[in-house]
Amino acid sequence: MPRQNRRVVITGIGPIAPPGLGIDAIWSALLEGRSGVGPCSIFDISGFRCPFVAQLPADRFDVKQVVPKSYRKATKVMSRDIELAVGAAYEAVRAAGLITKAHEPADGKVTIPADRMGCHIGAGLIAAEENELTAALATSRKADGGFDIAAWGATGMQNLTPLWMLKYLPNMLACHVTICHDCQGPSNTITCGEASALLSVGESMRVIGRGAADACLSGGAESKVNLMAILRQQFAGRLAQATASDDPARIVRPFAKDAIGGVAGEGGGILVLEAAESAEARGATALAELAGFGASQSFCADTVGADPGRDGEGIADAVRAALDDAGVKPDQVDAVVPFGCGTPALDAAEAAAIRGVFGARAAQLPLLTISTITGNCGAGFGAVAASVAVQALRTGMLPARVNGDASQGVDAAPVAARKADLKTVVVYTPSLGGQNAAIVLRRAS
Amino acid sequence: MSEPRIVVTGIGWVTGLGHSIESVWKRLLAADSGMEPTTRFDARTFPTSFAAEVKKDFDFRSFVKDPSVHATAGLNSQFALGAASQAWKQSGLDVKPPKDPRRVGLYLGAGEGVLDFDNYVATMLHAWDGATGKIDGVKWAARGLASMDRLKEIEQEPNMPLAHLAREFNCRGPAYNCLTACAASTQAIGEAFSILRRGDADVMISGGTHTMIHPLGVTGFNRLTALSERKGDPTEASRPFSVDRGGFVMGEGSGMVILETLEHAMARGATPLAEVMGYGSSCDAYRITDIQPDGRGAAVAMLAALRQAGIDPHARDAQGRPPIQYISAHGTGTKENDSIETKAVKRVFGDMARDIPMSSIKSMMGHLIAAAGSVEFITCVLAIRDGMLPPTRNLKNRDPELDLDYVPNQTRAAKVDVCLSNNFGFGGQNDALVVTRFRG
Repeated sequence: MPRQNRRVVITGIGPIAPPGLGIDAIWSALLEGRSGVGPCSIFDISGFRCPFVAQLPADRFDVKQVVPKSYRKATKVMSRDIELAVGAAYEAVRAAGLITKAHEPADGKVTIPADRMGCHIGAGLIAAEENELTAALATSRKADGGFDIAAWGATGMQNLTPLWMLKYLPNMLACHVTICHDCQGPSNTITCGEASALLSVGESMRVIGRGAADACLSGGAESKVNLMAILRQQFAGRLAQATASDDPARIVRPFAKDAIGGVAGEGGGILVLEAAESAEARGATALAELAGFGASQSFCADTVGADPGRDGEGIADAVRAALDDAGVKPDQVDAVVPFGCGTPALDAAEAAAIRGVFGARAAQLPLLTISTITGNCGAGFGAVAASVAVQALRTGMLPARVNGDASQGVDAAPVAARKADLKTVVVYTPSLGGQNAAIVLRRAS
Repeated sequence: MSEPRIVVTGIGWVTGLGHSIESVWKRLLAADSGMEPTTRFDARTFPTSFAAEVKKDFDFRSFVKDPSVHATAGLNSQFALGAASQAWKQSGLDVKPPKDPRRVGLYLGAGEGVLDFDNYVATMLHAWDGATGKIDGVKWAARGLASMDRLKEIEQEPNMPLAHLAREFNCRGPAYNCLTACAASTQAIGEAFSILRRGDADVMISGGTHTMIHPLGVTGFNRLTALSERKGDPTEASRPFSVDRGGFVMGEGSGMVILETLEHAMARGATPLAEVMGYGSSCDAYRITDIQPDGRGAAVAMLAALRQAGIDPHARDAQGRPPIQYISAHGTGTKENDSIETKAVKRVFGDMARDIPMSSIKSMMGHLIAAAGSVEFITCVLAIRDGMLPPTRNLKNRDPELDLDYVPNQTRAAKVDVCLSNNFGFGGQNDALVVTRFRG
């Protein structure tokens, strides 16, 4: 087999979402159909369309408790997005049974040599922590209260810590993760909104496929639970119209006729991708095979992609490309993890894509709608979705579904968790901006 | 079956030195500087108050088919449209577009857009409660929603230049944006090259676009002490490889290239300008702020690119020349970068390193951050085309520790067939590309 196409398997998953860090917390919430949506603990966001977010509570995740003592100091220069990625990477590495530099092995021995470990982590447009920045900005005000840029340039900026900007560069997610686990192979940071995590997984797959690395930490993370991100979600037409007295568990209604929009979320995940031959050589258990990947660009009527167009053609292109890559026919697919964030226009485009690719089977092809617990966690979404797909393949279970319905001709109506014989699952994500990515996962043989 | 050869069939750029290939190239060869006092905002009291800005006579609307489609384009998207339109036109794809848009992809290294600073700060301060040291979310939302512009906000997402280019050139294939700081567009070109080699597209538009010449961009780099704070003539502030170098000078703009498989280029009768032969990428995994001090990570990336190109770094070619005849340096002009890059080049080429000319156009054009790699890649294509090496400006006081041939101050004529283009990003990404003269 040519080096370009080495087989790639997933040997560890480390998703992070409102139920917590690790697949167990997320999976049990999904099986029970629990919601991840609730009030925002950081700011009073009742001035926006939607007073709810999908947030990960502090008592379920503290990055300081996850990193080794020697790396605790570095958590001071981590934005929320970085914390999520760093936490997810530790969990993925643990789940894969890898020994990395982070374990400080006494004999210095790591499972995979540093130069054979790559890292591809999708990231969003990271918002500056509002209170920290404004405390500094507030030192430079004119008598009338307005901002005094001359004072800022002369002295005010010194109220920001020298490393301030390094919290917010998108590639700092991968930077911290590669330092923690000593990944010296190819590394990249893909910033294509909600498509970022799956594009990263796809790039890792290609990098391993062409022999440039034997394993990659791959995925994405983002928090949209901050004022700027919520504002932009509202401007992009992605937020539900709701009031504080509404039931938060009923806000996100994937593919439903009465869908009212989505919520801002936070989360993501890291997957350990390995060359099948490398995983086999170290006796690792493959959780699933990453059998195919495809990417595409949609034609966006409004250029910036806030209006996805209803035909879903771009999304279908990515799914078809991934199926081709895997050598899988549409009728061999057993389930799909969609984006399905409850935004009517985008849900309609996705449903059209599913109907387009799977034809008459679309109405019976189970969708695993997870946005009721994740909200829109942007660049992280695809990594949660991929982890959930892996878990479904491993356990032969389809999680419960809530709030959706069958009105779009796709299988999105409420249903309890149930057993299913799953061999092949498709995951896709369309981004604000029109990029689409899709992967095909196959049950480990 | 051997993997397809990948050629460059179009190039374009928008920079502080101009916005056509020939005008910018002429100024680079004249060792001309684009640095002037900052005008994008009032930077007079900032530690650094100069930059190489794209001049006001650049109007992206004169480059695109229908400006109204891009009415909301932010600066990054405007630069990208200007540069990519030049490249697209040169490739001939404007006259005869590709048959299947699904075989035309994009891989950009575009930066995040420019913050709507005045409204942003006003909103923050309006909602600020000095007594508690906290933002009032309700006040923030009211002010922010009323004052900020819907599309200006969406335009700040780093994938928006991608969306504009996809629309302008009808690209429906694989589309990516990567943002690995100063290495981003070299990495983008390398990954675009990899996608073409694998056969996942026939044509890729690739490159970068970025400006960080805005208050928080300059604040961020000033706080990191990465920018030159030199007083006096701004054209002398960027001093790569000089003993008195003190940091980089910000530039802005975009470089875009059309890459395609040789087969596709030949079938439509296009003229290859150069060939991409190798791409290498590595990660320092060292520290958040520092580069691996021995240059190991950078050397790994260069070696991987050379290996893919089938080049032995220690073997002279048939004419007795070093295997690489020009290196486009990352050469930012910070103490750390220039010294470690020099070490890394020596690590790769050993004693032959001194015979390889290596210059930094950042001395003239400034540092285009995410877009830096794209304009430096284009410089390599032009060096091959014209047999001319652009100089490193302001290299009057040699650093005794830095003993390579940095092409000081004056353009040099040289027969160039094989170039290496290096970029290293904050966060530890190292990327290198080998670009060569095209031989049919």
